[in-house]
Amino acid sequence: MKPAPLSSQFEVNGKPVKVTLSPRTTLADCLRHELRLTGTHIGCEHGVCGACTVIVNGEAVRSCLMLAVQAEGAKVTTVEGLSRDDDLTPLQAAFRKHGALQCGFCTPGMITTAHALLSEEPDCDAARVREVLSGNLCRCTGYIPIVEAVLEARAAYRKSKG
Amino acid sequence: MRTVNSFIGSPVQRVEDLRFLRGRGQYIDDLVRPNQLNAAILRSSVAHGRIRSIDTKAASAIPGVQRVITAKDIGPKVPTIVIRLQPLPQLEPFQQPVIAHDKVRYVGEPLAVVLAESFAIAEDALEHIAVDIEPLPAVADRAASASNKSLLFEAHGTNLAITYDVVLGNADQAFKDAPYTRREKFRVDRHAAVPMEPRGLLAEWDAAKGKLTVNGAAKVAFFNRRILAGQIGLPEDSIDMIENDVGGGFGARGEFYPEDFLIPFAARLVGRPVKWTEDRRENLLSLQHARDAECDIEIACKADGTILGLRGHTVTDMGAYVRTNGLVGPRNMVQFMNGPYHIPNIKLQSHLQFSNKTPSGTYRGPGRYETDFFRERLFDLVARDLNLDRVEFRRRNLIAKEQMPYHCPSIAPYPQVTEYDSGDYASAFARCLKEFDWAKKAELQGKLIDGRYHGIAVGCFIEGGAAGPKETAKFVIEADGSFTLSVGSSAIGQGLETVFAQIAADALEVPLDKVRVFHGSTNLLREGFGSYHSRAVVMGGSAILSTAETLRAEMRKTAAQRFGCAASDVTIAEDRVTGPAGKSMKFAELAGLSADGEFANHHHTYAYGTHAGHVAVDARTGHVELVDYVAVEDVGRIMNPLTLKGQVIGAVVQGLGGTFLENFVYDENGQLLAGSFADYLLPTASDFPVIRSFLMEEQPSPINPLGAKGAGEGGIIPVGGVIANAVASALSSLDVQPRGLPLSPSRLWDLIQAARQHASRAAE
Repeated sequence: MKPAPLSSQFEVNGKPVKVTLSPRTTLADCLRHELRLTGTHIGCEHGVCGACTVIVNGEAVRSCLMLAVQAEGAKVTTVEGLSRDDDLTPLQAAFRKHGALQCGFCTPGMITTAHALLSEEPDCDAARVREVLSGNLCRCTGYIPIVEAVLEARAAYRKSKG
Repeated sequence: MRTVNSFIGSPVQRVEDLRFLRGRGQYIDDLVRPNQLNAAILRSSVAHGRIRSIDTKAASAIPGVQRVITAKDIGPKVPTIVIRLQPLPQLEPFQQPVIAHDKVRYVGEPLAVVLAESFAIAEDALEHIAVDIEPLPAVADRAASASNKSLLFEAHGTNLAITYDVVLGNADQAFKDAPYTRREKFRVDRHAAVPMEPRGLLAEWDAAKGKLTVNGAAKVAFFNRRILAGQIGLPEDSIDMIENDVGGGFGARGEFYPEDFLIPFAARLVGRPVKWTEDRRENLLSLQHARDAECDIEIACKADGTILGLRGHTVTDMGAYVRTNGLVGPRNMVQFMNGPYHIPNIKLQSHLQFSNKTPSGTYRGPGRYETDFFRERLFDLVARDLNLDRVEFRRRNLIAKEQMPYHCPSIAPYPQVTEYDSGDYASAFARCLKEFDWAKKAELQGKLIDGRYHGIAVGCFIEGGAAGPKETAKFVIEADGSFTLSVGSSAIGQGLETVFAQIAADALEVPLDKVRVFHGSTNLLREGFGSYHSRAVVMGGSAILSTAETLRAEMRKTAAQRFGCAASDVTIAEDRVTGPAGKSMKFAELAGLSADGEFANHHHTYAYGTHAGHVAVDARTGHVELVDYVAVEDVGRIMNPLTLKGQVIGAVVQGLGGTFLENFVYDENGQLLAGSFADYLLPTASDFPVIRSFLMEEQPSPINPLGAKGAGEGGIIPVGGVIANAVASALSSLDVQPRGLPLSPSRLWDLIQAARQHASRAAE
C-alpha cells in the first residue's frame, strides 16, 4: 500500500510554503518539482556530488539525502535565495571573474556550500576552503578557480559580519 | 574617435555565468510539460545472455502506469544506431539496437520502457517486469575476448571487430639495422567522461502537424536528427531537436544513445509528452565508456637517441557494440602514436575487441591520452637504457619547425590523409622547462626528503581539432538594433556563447552586448555540425567571420540605396551606418536584414605543447602528492584566455583522475563494480591544488581565417605519461616502473613491494 500523503510547512528563501506530498519525496525533488526552484540540481542522489546542496537553518545540507517532511519548520535557502535580480552578489561575481564555472551544473551547490562556509568562517584559509568544497564534485574546472573565487569573496563576508 | 574592437584575445567574462550563478540555467530536467508522462528504463542485469521472455503484464496493471514498451512494440525490425565517425560497411552488424530483442550484451542494455504518471510510479513498476534471460558466458576482459570461447556476435565468428593498420617507411628494415631496440607492454584501464549533469530527454508529438520536438539534444543535434528520422520514419524537417543548457560533454554527452530513439518513439506512440531523466547509476552504466586499451610496442633508436622506428600493436576493449564515435580512440591511438616526434618508420596495428561491457566512445583526447602514456613511458625507459638525459632525448626527436606541414601516417582502411598544420614544438618545450624551473628541480630527482621520494618528468603532445566538413551561421538585425547570431555549433558548457559573441562583435565592429548567440538546435538553421573534435571555435568561429562579412555587405548595400550613394561610401560603426554628407541610420532601421553563411574545411588543426610535473611519493603508503604541474600549449590564436585557461586546468585534473583514481572495474561476470560516485572516484577540491597553465600563440593555423586551433582537449592528453614518469623518477632507487593506469595508491604500493622483494632477492 502506498502511504498517505503528508503535509509539511517550512520557509524557502524567506517565504512560507506548505506542501502535501508522498512521505518519501526528498527535499531536492520537492524544491525542484513541487516548488519549481530548479536552480538546485540533482547529480547523484546518493549524497556524494553536492550539486543539490541547500542551506537549512544555516547549515549546508544535501537536499537529496533529506526528506521534504524533515524540513518541517525549517528555514531553507536555495541558490535562488542567494541571488539578486539587478546584479551578482560578491561571491557570484568572484566566481565569474575567476572562471570558477563552466557548464554550471555543479555551480548552485558550490555557491550554497561556499556561502554557508563564509557566513560562519569569513577568515578561513585555502586549505579549509578545499576541505569544505571537497564534498562538491565539479568535472569542468579542476577546482582551482573555485578556490580562488571563494578566497576572494571572504572580504565581502567579513564586512557584512562586522 | 572609435576604436577597433579587440574582444578576441581578451579575458572577457562569460555571459552564461549570469544565469548559471543565479540558478537560472535551464537544463533538460528543469523542463516540464502539462500532461507529461515520465519514463523509466528497465536495463539488463545480465552481461551476456539470450532473452527468453519479457512479461510486462503485472507492471502494466499498476495504477498510474500508462504503457510498457518492449522490442515487440517497436516492430519486426528493431532499428540500430549508425556509426557517426569513420563508419565502415563491415562494422554495421555491430551497431547497437535501440532496445535488446534477441540477446543482451552488457549490464545496462535497455530491455523495456515504462511510461507512468510520475517518475516514482515508473521506477516502482520496473520491479514488476519479469525478465527471463538464458545466461551465456560473459566476456569480461581482453583475454576472454581474444580467446573467442564465448562470442558476442556468433555470426561474425570472432570477437575481433576490426584491425587498423598504420604503415610508414619500412619499420622491419629499420629494426633489423638498429643498434638499440626495446619492447614494452603498457595498459590504461577503463574510465570515462562522466559529466556532472545526467542525461535527459523530453519528447513531444504533435499529431495534427506531424511534428516531433525533442528537448535535451546536445553536441550533434543535426546529425542525431538524421539518425532519428531514419529510424522512426519521419522526414528530417518534421523533427526539431532543441539544445538546452548542457552540464558538460567531454565527448560522451550528446552522442546518439538508445534512449534518443526510445523516448521520442514513446511520445509518438502514446501521443503525450514523455520525459526521461537518468539517475547516476544509469549514467555510469549507459554513457559511453572510454580508454581500456593495452599495447605491446617496440622502439628502435641510434645510440645518440635518434628514433629510427616504432612497431607493435594495441588492443582496445570496445565493449559490446560499435557506438557512434567508438572508432575514434583506437584509430587515434595508432595513427598518432608518434605524437609531436619525428619517427620515420612506423608499423602499428590496432585491434578492436568486443566484450560484455558498456560500449565505448570518445572521452576528451580520445586515443591520444592512452598513446601518450604508452609513448612517454617508453621514452623514459629508453633514455635510461641509453644513458641519455630525458629532456635531451625528447628535444632531439621533436618534429622541427622546418618540417611543417608534417605529413602524418595514414591508417588503413581509411583513405583520408592529414598533416600537422603548423608548429614550433621546441619553443613550447623550452617554455615549459623554463616555467617549471626544470634545471633547479632536476636536483630533486629520486631524493628522499622528509620520508617522501621526489621525482619530476616532462612530456609532449599534439591535439587534433577542426573536424569538417563545415559549419553554418546566420545573422539577423533585430528591431532594437541588436544582432542575433545563430550557429550550428553546440554549447556543452565550454562558454561558447561568450567566445562566439567576442568573434561576432569584432567582425561586426559592434559592442559585445549587441550580439545574442543561439546555438545547436535544429530549428535555428538549415543544417549544422555541432561541437566535437575541438571544432567549435575553428569551424563555427570562421563561419561567423564569413557570415559577418556578408551581412556587412548587405548593410552597406541597403544603406547606400537609402542614402543614394555607393556602397563603398558607407561605413559601419558603433550603433549606426553612416554615408556621405552626414547621412546616417541606426542599425535598428536596418531591422530584418539577415545573412547566412558557412565555413567549409577538410583540414585539421594541431595544437601542441608540453607538460611537466613534480611529485612526492610516500613509499610506505603508495600515496602520491602532486607538488607542481605546468601545462604549456600553443593554440595558434587565443580567443579568450580566461575560458581557455579554465579548460586547460579542468582537463589536466580530469587527466589526473584517470591517472590516479578513475576505474570502471568489472567482475568476471561482466558486472560493473563501480556504479556510484562512492566507487567511481572523481578528483575533488583537495586532491590537486597546484596546476599552472601557460598559453602561447606563436604559430597560428594556416587553415582558417582566425588562425585558431582546437584547444579544449590538450590539457588531458599528456597527463598520464608525465605523472607515471615522475613517479618512476621519484622511485628510481627502487627501480619501480609503472606500466598501467590508474596508478592508485594500492597498485603503486604493490609495485614498490615487488621492487623491494626483487632487490632483496638480487642481494642474496
